[in-house]
Amino acid sequence: MNQSPAPVAEISGVSLQYGKTRALDDLSLSLPARCMVGLIGPDGVGKSSLLALIAGARKLQLGHVQVLDGDMGDAGHRRAVCPRIAYMPQGLGKNLYPTLTVFENLEFFGRLFGQDAEERHWRIAELTRSTGLAPFVERPAGKLSGGMKQKLGLCCALIHDPDLLILDEPTTGVDPLSRAQFWELIERIRGERPQMSVLVATAYMDEAQRFDHLVAMDAGQVLATGTPAELLARTGSDSLEQAFIRLLPEAKRSQHRELVIPPQPPSDSIAIEAHGLTMRFGDFVAVDRVNFRIARGEIFGFLGSNGCGKTTTMKMLTGLLPASEGEALLFGKPVDPHDMQTRQRVGYMSQAFSLYSELSVRQNLDLHARLFHLPAERRDARIQEMLERFDLTGDAESLPSSLPLGVRQRLSLAVAVIHNPEILILDEPTSGVDPVARDGFWELLVQLSREDGVTIFISTHFMNEALRCDRISLMHAGRVLDSDTPQALMAKRGLPTLEQTFIAYLEEAAAAHAGEQPATPPAAPGKPIQATGNNGRQARFSLRRLLSYTRREAMELRRDPIRATLAMLGSVLLMFIMGYGVSFDVENLTYAVLDRDQTTTSQHYLLNMAGSRYFIEQAPLANHAELDQRMRSNDISLTVEIPPNFGRDLKRGAVPQVAFWIDGAMPMRADTIKGYVQGIHLNYLQQLAREAGVDGQLAPADVAIRYRYNPDVQSLPAMAPAMIPLLLMMIPAMLTALGVVREKELGSITNFYVTPTTRLEFLLGKQLPYIALGMFNFATLALLAVFVFGIPIKGSILTLCLGALLYVTCATGLGLLMSSILNSQIAAIFGTTIVTLLPAIQFSGLIHPVSAMEGAGAFIGKLYPTSHFLIISRGVFSKALGLAELYPYFIPMLLAIPLLTLLSVAGLRKQEK
Amino acid sequence: MGGLRRKLGNIFQLGLKELRSLYRDPAMLVLIIYSFTLAIYEGATAIPEAPHRASIAVVDEDRSQASLRIINAFQLPYFIEPKAISLQEMDSGMDDGLYTFTLNIPPRFQQDLLAGRQPTIQLNVDATQVSQAFTGAGHIQQIIASETAEFVRRYRSTDALPVEAVVRTAFNPNLSRAWFGAVNEVINQITMLAIILTGAALIREREHGTIEHLLVMPVTPFEIMVGKVWAMGLVVLAAAAFALRFVVEGWLDIPIQGSLWLFAGGAALHLFAATSMGIFFGTVARSMPQLGLLVILTLIPLQILSGGVTPRESMPELVQNIMLVAPTTHFVELAQAILFRSAGPSIVWPQLLALGVIGTVFFLGALSRLRVSLR
Repeated sequence: MNQSPAPVAEISGVSLQYGKTRALDDLSLSLPARCMVGLIGPDGVGKSSLLALIAGARKLQLGHVQVLDGDMGDAGHRRAVCPRIAYMPQGLGKNLYPTLTVFENLEFFGRLFGQDAEERHWRIAELTRSTGLAPFVERPAGKLSGGMKQKLGLCCALIHDPDLLILDEPTTGVDPLSRAQFWELIERIRGERPQMSVLVATAYMDEAQRFDHLVAMDAGQVLATGTPAELLARTGSDSLEQAFIRLLPEAKRSQHRELVIPPQPPSDSIAIEAHGLTMRFGDFVAVDRVNFRIARGEIFGFLGSNGCGKTTTMKMLTGLLPASEGEALLFGKPVDPHDMQTRQRVGYMSQAFSLYSELSVRQNLDLHARLFHLPAERRDARIQEMLERFDLTGDAESLPSSLPLGVRQRLSLAVAVIHNPEILILDEPTSGVDPVARDGFWELLVQLSREDGVTIFISTHFMNEALRCDRISLMHAGRVLDSDTPQALMAKRGLPTLEQTFIAYLEEAAAAHAGEQPATPPAAPGKPIQATGNNGRQARFSLRRLLSYTRREAMELRRDPIRATLAMLGSVLLMFIMGYGVSFDVENLTYAVLDRDQTTTSQHYLLNMAGSRYFIEQAPLANHAELDQRMRSNDISLTVEIPPNFGRDLKRGAVPQVAFWIDGAMPMRADTIKGYVQGIHLNYLQQLAREAGVDGQLAPADVAIRYRYNPDVQSLPAMAPAMIPLLLMMIPAMLTALGVVREKELGSITNFYVTPTTRLEFLLGKQLPYIALGMFNFATLALLAVFVFGIPIKGSILTLCLGALLYVTCATGLGLLMSSILNSQIAAIFGTTIVTLLPAIQFSGLIHPVSAMEGAGAFIGKLYPTSHFLIISRGVFSKALGLAELYPYFIPMLLAIPLLTLLSVAGLRKQEK
Repeated sequence: MGGLRRKLGNIFQLGLKELRSLYRDPAMLVLIIYSFTLAIYEGATAIPEAPHRASIAVVDEDRSQASLRIINAFQLPYFIEPKAISLQEMDSGMDDGLYTFTLNIPPRFQQDLLAGRQPTIQLNVDATQVSQAFTGAGHIQQIIASETAEFVRRYRSTDALPVEAVVRTAFNPNLSRAWFGAVNEVINQITMLAIILTGAALIREREHGTIEHLLVMPVTPFEIMVGKVWAMGLVVLAAAAFALRFVVEGWLDIPIQGSLWLFAGGAALHLFAATSMGIFFGTVARSMPQLGLLVILTLIPLQILSGGVTPRESMPELVQNIMLVAPTTHFVELAQAILFRSAGPSIVWPQLLALGVIGTVFFLGALSRLRVSLR
């Protein structure tokens, strides 16, 4: 405060509203530069919102935010300044790409900030060495432990030497050793780059202790600011935890009490037991011969780094995963996933929030109460009790997605205990929950354990929580390192705090596993990381950034071989089935005869029918009722009725009438049958005339038909060139359709919000790999048509390829448009299906020519790219045409491409709303 | 006893949850409404009557009364007004796809006609337009035959025909394409929605971890799946019933003949099969992008090869047999039988049975994969 020249961020009168919730309320604040500023406060007081506003990731609603001497409400300033800001959102590995390796993740961010290969490699080497990630550069980010994920996230944030580093709860859910290493790393970087300001939100008060400047927040407003020492002095407290509680308004403070844990009453019955529990995923041993016995009513803590097997162990206890070896017993019985009785007695809360975000808080509670079959008369009271006990009354009608993490965790716990379980299995229930709420949570746990005798199996990263457990197990790399009361463990190591004890255990285990994870990062880097020229204005459009998205998308596609294979094999398979299957040759038509004359003359007439290759005769009909019945059942699609006295009337010249009934359910088929019938009848007449000796010239003029381009009117040569456009529309569109919306749903879209990437770069970058895949697909299908179906390309191959390129670009553009305007993956799949399937199959001339259509269908057909490429494809394949004749059909596609891109750009937001 | 009630209660609650989730997704609701109203209307009205608005051009080298008479006979809605072109324009016009049919009326046509020399008119057909090529050519032949006969009759007397053929069409007397198209479009939308809604809902639950949560509660995978089937099935069935009643019967003015209840029963069975198929896909696909591809790859043949676009009996035997696995094949047959031919249960029971069997197979497949797919 005293040394800061100009504030790094100046916030004045900022309010932020999500629906009914007010996240920030007329907040004004000045954050000093060049130091480490901590935001502390309960969940849901607006810390994350404030950080997102400062980072420019969220759209400003009201007020002003000045960051690095400019207004963040101004897009120009945001673009100019974003290379100087790094933002790490809340949630483990939220801004990472799980299928990409550590190195590829870092490369991607380096490229986004315009670094060349040399600079990138040097920086990546530097960062991974100093964070201890160097041995794991080839490991996919998704397979890293939580601590390593956060270190990687930090490396990604630091790769461009930001002047302002914004970290939203970076150590939540990270084990103490990794946490210690994380802060050491930040310290070292700050030592090298003193000009860098760091802004951190945290739930750990012991971390906040070492910050330069603290901002305590509550209910969207600032409670107090100052150095930790100032805050302590002002409140007369000796710990920040206490200071914070004292800063709270009276109403909230009164809820808080010192937590006292009564001793555990002795119990001899065992609730949970594990013998040699082992879980293997392929070669990887996630849990290695774990044993424990937990008495009824005991609070048993599980401590360990992320990815050490805690969650897997819990899943085996709940029956979600079958153990590879060993067994787990609940209430003395082996865990059986089909045993509903036991499930009724167990409550489980998983690590990630896993309730229905589309149901309100009350609806979620209600659903679970019903699924656990709480008696109807007790249900409402119990839900009300839960709402009050977990302080959810005010949010009862809100959707969980609009609630802060801590409140969501409270809801998860409420759901887990709604049915009064005897065993509670809680997987890091307090991750991301503020101190006050955590104490309240534990109060409840203690009550459940001591009063109701509920056995609690809990994993946590908070040492003060671990201290409250009756016994704890320390876990690392799938094995239990030690298991005892917290006091006994500390005594064994002779260390004053549990944190130090745990770190000592971890370091010992890590040393045994030489090379698995270096205990301490190597000494200070030899070459200081220095700022490069990123302070200049960023180019409006950068090919490098665009291509870095292309590379990443291509890599993700490569890592998901099933998807690429499905696209290729699927289209080849469909080409086969459809090429042969879609046939317009109407043949094998079934008919039956109702001959009410039964003379040689009538049989003579019917012989004409039987001789036709189009018809297959079925058993004759006896009467009209049978005729009706058999037509209805689709047994026959045509009946011929010869009237009584047919032969006699014919001889008398009384012009008898033969009646034909055609099934009109399929109009096209009926039309064809009509034509056949008339032909056969005519044939009979000519025969009659010939027999009568008349020179049969019934038709005064003759019509000579020439079927052109496809002389045999075969379906295959007509259909194969048409199937290519159909398949090339739907598959590339669907491949692209999830590109953007998936990032929105999974959270990595934040990287786009806070990096200099423009919307155009982002979209085009994502489109390119799919265009390439689409063209490869096109080549395969064309070769299939030529070499397997034997349909030669008569016209210009170059024209066909050029057309395909434009067409695939349109198709992927359409998918991308769906992806950028819709917000859920389901809607994107559905939307893409709707905009491709119907127009491509029905309106584009695949079956009926576009010129013959009417109404909206005709309008869509005229605009839709498939119509145009269909003409190009048929023209080149069957009609030996080239660019000179077909160029008019290129123009609509050429116009559609920029139009689709513009619409996508307009539909995509550069900030979260 | 209590066990069954419990089960039913769970299934009901789980389904209710699906409905609530759907209700919160306005984009999905808009898309569902679109696909059961406008999409059906567009699909039904776009399918041309055959031949309908066929493009024809005439090279008239005779320019006589007889040739004029023939040219004037090509009229809307069957043919777009014939274009008079030269012999040179004929080839290029067909190459560009401007005309599906071209007629060449030779010089001295009328003279030869009246002299009974049976002159020949050349008819060129663009055979890449398969659907119009056949029927259109037949139609043109008939027009020429009747016009020339009529023309000649004025100058020569001809005898009446000894036998008359009276051709009538049952169930759809005017062979209106819209009838067929509308019902077919309803079927397509039912299938598409059922598969996407359930498959994607399952993947979403897996990606968000909620399915895991359900599996530790006293709820069986069977109940979870039946919950999805009934809820999504109900949504689609209600939308389809609405579409048939108000869009098909009301807006498009197409008479529906058979029993709507029987059709609804068949549709429910079809929905069981399609939603089970969707869940099965959800257990096979590892992620939403994979599911998207799987869906599109199955929907294309389901729509085109199940007899709704071209008649099944004209497909190669192999394709016919493969498509027996698809629920749509049976549902299309069933829908045509009930809605057009007013068929009763005694006629459509094989289709109902087939739908039930296909649904059960997919359902059991999904059930056995559900737990495995979580790993």
